[in-house]
Amino acid sequence: MNTAAFSMFLVIVAFTLMITYWASKKNKSASDFYTAGGGLTGWQNGMAIAGDYMSAASFLGIAGTIALAGFDGFFYSIGFLVAYLVVLFLVAEPLRNLGKYTFADMIAVRFNAKKIRGFAAFNTITISIFYMIAQLVGAGALIKLLLGIDFTTSVIIVGVLMTVYVIFGGMHATSWVQIIKAVLLMAGTFVISIIVLYKFNFSITAMYDQMKTATPLKDAFLNPGVKYKNGLDTLSLTMGLVLGTAGLPHILVRFFTVRDAKTARSSVVYATWIIGIFYVMTIFLGFGAAAFVGNSDIIAADKAGNMAAPLLAQALGGNMLFAFISAVAFATILAVVAGLVLTAASAFSHDFYNHILKKGKATEKQQVSMARYASIGISVLSIVLALFARNLNVAFLVSLAFAVAASANLPVILYTIYWKKFNTNGAIWAMVVGLVTSIGLVIVGPNVFSPVAGKAMFIGEPLYPYTTPGIISIPLGFIAGYVGTLVTRKSANQDDQVSYDEILVRSNTGMDTTM
Amino acid sequence: MESKPQISKHTQTKRTPEEYSKIVKSAHFQQLLREKKRFIIPFTIFFFCFYFALPILTSYTTFLNKPFYGSITWAWVLAFLQFVMTWAFCMIYYKKASKFDKLSEQVLAEKEGKL
Repeated sequence: MNTAAFSMFLVIVAFTLMITYWASKKNKSASDFYTAGGGLTGWQNGMAIAGDYMSAASFLGIAGTIALAGFDGFFYSIGFLVAYLVVLFLVAEPLRNLGKYTFADMIAVRFNAKKIRGFAAFNTITISIFYMIAQLVGAGALIKLLLGIDFTTSVIIVGVLMTVYVIFGGMHATSWVQIIKAVLLMAGTFVISIIVLYKFNFSITAMYDQMKTATPLKDAFLNPGVKYKNGLDTLSLTMGLVLGTAGLPHILVRFFTVRDAKTARSSVVYATWIIGIFYVMTIFLGFGAAAFVGNSDIIAADKAGNMAAPLLAQALGGNMLFAFISAVAFATILAVVAGLVLTAASAFSHDFYNHILKKGKATEKQQVSMARYASIGISVLSIVLALFARNLNVAFLVSLAFAVAASANLPVILYTIYWKKFNTNGAIWAMVVGLVTSIGLVIVGPNVFSPVAGKAMFIGEPLYPYTTPGIISIPLGFIAGYVGTLVTRKSANQDDQVSYDEILVRSNTGMDTTM
Repeated sequence: MESKPQISKHTQTKRTPEEYSKIVKSAHFQQLLREKKRFIIPFTIFFFCFYFALPILTSYTTFLNKPFYGSITWAWVLAFLQFVMTWAFCMIYYKKASKFDKLSEQVLAEKEGKL
């Protein structure tokens, strides 16, 4: 047991619970619970987006991948950042103008059919749970390693905390936990980066020179192609990364926490700066770990390299910095899982319960208490799944969530906003085909089947050769929406959707926004 | 803090489809759409091309492995330029969007005037 790390974990827990207590008094209505009353400023929401987005996979995973595979790890950093141009240019403002609490709201503005809302809510919950499993597995491994508490107990501790934040604090608490985590993560990463740079005499060229000999890969460390040798595999990964963000439900709901499209826009701009600076610093984390911790020690601690950043902190600043960085990683996980629980619970309570079951007539009180029950249900389900998934690679689960989001959500979002002919049938085809093909390709892919025993869940030849499904499933999602629309063009389908002119006016001007 | 009366259902005054169509046909709205398209389409095409250029070039060619300065290769330069592009496009859009806001305010004002 590391006492310093343990006490810092306790400080994080105490502090976040205080925020939750404070937030619990602000939670009065369903709107408070789902979207913090839509009252966040651009700066606050920008920080919260960053805190929601920079997950354990980014902090621990990318640092580890760069440390072990060099340039190829940086593909993640680039994709995760450039994705914000898709969000900013194409999605954030129309989404804010059309929607209210959930991503399904936005689709439902155009299409009245209950099944559309149902599919959109189902996709939201599925993607959020996948993402959550990844974070929980990461959390379990981290706490186990740092505090010596066993995996199951660790996952349950994190699971209980995230449920408490959401149930009592709703979106107010979730947002502030994310904001504080963003500050901590940026501060921790900055400190490490400065020390790494200091070790290289603040010379970037010296750093690159030294990296040529610092790892067993030698020269190859600085060149692409160490981890991703197949061109289509690389393209599939990078496509999923750049298109996934704009379809991730827990990121999309953040745009409902501000009052209008203008604030949504400025929050993306703030988030892009913060996230970009963070991802530049992943180079220092990765290079630093490779140079000052060393390949064999990183692998000895965790085969996937997930412990590279905390180990680097230990090598540079001793036990105190190690404890601090570990606590930051812990806070990172807590903030992200809280956002995910809230997103999935909102989809259940607002979309399934209120709109489908109660036909939009549930009272405020009923909605909030259903959201609380849903939070508990979602948390329990994720915890159980995470316990089964304990041996799966964390980065793989996250890239899966991105690919599913890009395949199942992005086509329907873009068509709803920008395509006049799009209809109910097309929307359903896009969501179903995107979800089924992306998950299906993963199941028959190399992460689940491998001829080498122990490399994947089952032994066998994978039917689909690439590690991520994006290159097939994303185009299929778009094609399905297109074909589904065309085959029903002249049917009675037009009755259950509003005119595209209404969508055009509302998405572009914010006229008649539901607050 | 702010406990404004909360409305749980869609309560906006429902406009008729004809009203929306009329707004769409108005000169200011058409200008707004045109200006937005003129910015967003080329910039979006450019950033996608620039983004995918990196994995395509690193996967199918090796010339990015040539040194740019010291041990820093062109692949890293292109990678950093992705960051520069993202930040730059972000700020350009932010500037540009204030113009969109003005146009959309005009559309809204026109609407209110007629009611």
